[in-house]
Amino acid sequence: MGQCKVIDARNTFCPGPLMELITYMKQAKVGETLELLSTDQGSATDVPEWIKKVGHEMISSEKVGEVWHIKVRKAK
Amino acid sequence: MARKIDIVCVSGTREKLQMAAMFASVAAATGDTVTVFFSMNALKHFVKGAAGDAPSEGEFGTLMNQHGVPPFKQLFKQAAELGDAKLLPCSMAMDLLKITRDELDPEFGPPTGLTRFLSDAEGGQLLTF
Repeated sequence: MGQCKVIDARNTFCPGPLMELITYMKQAKVGETLELLSTDQGSATDVPEWIKKVGHEMISSEKVGEVWHIKVRKAK
Repeated sequence: MARKIDIVCVSGTREKLQMAAMFASVAAATGDTVTVFFSMNALKHFVKGAAGDAPSEGEFGTLMNQHGVPPFKQLFKQAAELGDAKLLPCSMAMDLLKITRDELDPEFGPPTGLTRFLSDAEGGQLLTF
């Protein structure tokens, strides 16, 4: 473990954080974990929705201060 | 189940191009089959070298310009690259603007007429901006 790539998409608005995540998801290997940092409230609900829809594994989503930390494992 | 979404962009204003780009990028990245047809005032923004700073229609466009909203050109590019969305220029608009395919951004597909577009769009959900 410990292999968690952090994607800093703070201070960008919808669908910026999602598109950032998708860019890195394309490059990641199956089983890898990515952590998305976002300050966009819309993305906080929209990104987990995308993860569910495309079939990746949602690990956690928590707000630390003003920043959402969304962790996802590439499942396919 | 992948949906089929066809988007027509005719307005050259920031808000409409932005909304169309958001639909295109998110839908394509979610696995939907997306085709975007660009005509009239929308197409000129995709001539190579165009800055992509379309005029605002109202307050919201100005607000988007001042904040970290991803530029619509970037979103359309991501739709094509990440989600295989097709970006098609209207052949009539190209004739009137006197531009060739080579003069458009590289993500663009072949000049397309309305008959072809309507035929390809059959059965899909059509959104117009």
